[in-house]
Amino acid sequence: MTGVWTIVRYGLEEALRRKVFVVVLLLTLAFLGLYALANHYAFANLAGVAPPAGIDARTFAGAFIFGLAMFATLFLGVVLAVFLTLGVVRGDAERGLLQPLVVRPLGRSTLLLARFLGAVGVCAPYVLGVYFTSMLITGLTGHWWPDQIVRPGIELAAAVALIAALSLLGSVFLSSTANGIAIFMVFGAGLVAGLLGTIGHALASHTLERAAKIAAYVVPVEALYQDALQGITANQHGLTKFVLELGPFGGAYTGGVGPRVWAAVYLCLVAAVAVLGFSRRDL
Amino acid sequence: MADTSAGNPHAPTTAPQAAPELAPALAVSGLAKRYGGVEALAGVDLEVAEGELVGLLGPNGAGKSTLTKIACGLVRPTTGRATVCGAPAGSAPARAALGYLAELFRFPGWYSADEVLELHQRLAGSTGGPEERTRLLELVALADARNRRVEAMSKGMQQRLGVAQALVGGPRLLLLDEPTSALDPVGRRTVRELLEELRGRGVGVLLNSHLLSEIELVCDRVVILLAGRVVAAGSPAELARARGVEVETEEGTRVFESAGREDAPRIVADLVAGGRRVYGVRVLTSTLEEVYLDAVGGETS
Repeated sequence: MTGVWTIVRYGLEEALRRKVFVVVLLLTLAFLGLYALANHYAFANLAGVAPPAGIDARTFAGAFIFGLAMFATLFLGVVLAVFLTLGVVRGDAERGLLQPLVVRPLGRSTLLLARFLGAVGVCAPYVLGVYFTSMLITGLTGHWWPDQIVRPGIELAAAVALIAALSLLGSVFLSSTANGIAIFMVFGAGLVAGLLGTIGHALASHTLERAAKIAAYVVPVEALYQDALQGITANQHGLTKFVLELGPFGGAYTGGVGPRVWAAVYLCLVAAVAVLGFSRRDL
Repeated sequence: MADTSAGNPHAPTTAPQAAPELAPALAVSGLAKRYGGVEALAGVDLEVAEGELVGLLGPNGAGKSTLTKIACGLVRPTTGRATVCGAPAGSAPARAALGYLAELFRFPGWYSADEVLELHQRLAGSTGGPEERTRLLELVALADARNRRVEAMSKGMQQRLGVAQALVGGPRLLLLDEPTSALDPVGRRTVRELLEELRGRGVGVLLNSHLLSEIELVCDRVVILLAGRVVAAGSPAELARARGVEVETEEGTRVFESAGREDAPRIVADLVAGGRRVYGVRVLTSTLEEVYLDAVGGETS
């Protein structure tokens, strides 16, 4: 285990020195500041919010604005995860940083595991921190709390862990720049799938909804995000549920145990391919 | 010089292991490697015994770095076999028994020299602690730069730190890929003395370099690669070709071009018998550079 923790620490020090944390921290503070401002004005002028008939304005505003915060949290978490992992294998090998580490009796799979643990060890607390801070801001400002408190946050953290795993996998085969672009495109594809689902939901098009669902399974980051969105309005029914599920950035139509189990299987598959690819890679 | 074997689980004095003790530090047989359509190695046989310093020469693209990388497990061979101290190259025991300095390497710029070595001590499982780090930094003349960050070091200092890093844990085989390319003459001499010290301690060294003079000065054997094949191998003396005998008499210096070392006594006897005064005799042999140029036929890459 000494080797694992040594590499975990190495990865964290690298991130600190490259100022990744500083950039993300500044972005986060800016986001939370603006988010607090938005909450203040939205709930101060709640009478001005005009939800569809029969829907409570506070629930409407709270769920939408917090759903937006969840997307921002996911996005910031993804940025952090990608920048922590995008150059772990090929990028570091091209710069000559990896070879002195790999020739040590550590094992390539151990090195990958350690870099994954290091990234998750930073990203998961970060995502949970931003998620709960956003929740507190909305709860204290607007007196609205999500129906499920913890599970959506954990799912967002799991989604970011999946992105970290995908980015590590990409780093085995792609240069840092290409990997970063690829991962953000995958993330964007998930976002498009969510928006597609929203359109299908609004138009009652089962074909579009089905396509969006399949896409969400192909990129389970999106499935976890949608499941998390479902969680914050889990106790709503009828028209309220229908409208809130439209979501601020894509809907919330994929949920339940299925996507969670699939995300776990997906993570294992990504890890297996990454380890296999790295073990066969000439450096 | 200081002891570098501290913390090495394979060091003969601390952990004798029956089978690996008998195996050569590096043994390579029928080693071939293809990168797509490019044949980097085409059946190389090579052995580095414990305490032997072997120089690896060849033009760019001859396969020297590929051979070194296969030995330390960075590259997988297409066919053939490589073992380090009896263990398959790339396996954990093999990696535990070797130290490696890549041709193109970099340490994180924010680490100090001491932190770099500490990182590698942890990864190598070395128990040498601060004493081992002090010894290694002294060996490469970096004791004064112990707390200096890598990014503030010259290329030559980084290269010497790389050599120190390769010695962490007291390896039985040292694989050095162009270890002196960025060093000034004093730095080269430091590394040369270090290699001689390691040889005395039983460490096998495979030295990949373009600096023929360095190889000639320090290596027990030389292997010349060309297009992935061994085209010449032997000690510098074995590889050297006779180029005649030079004799200095009162009439001046005369070279007997077709003569060899064994002809020198007869030549001197004939001259003396003929009434000449002989002031000096020198057997001429080709330099390693000439041997190399003959072997590679003017190839540069």
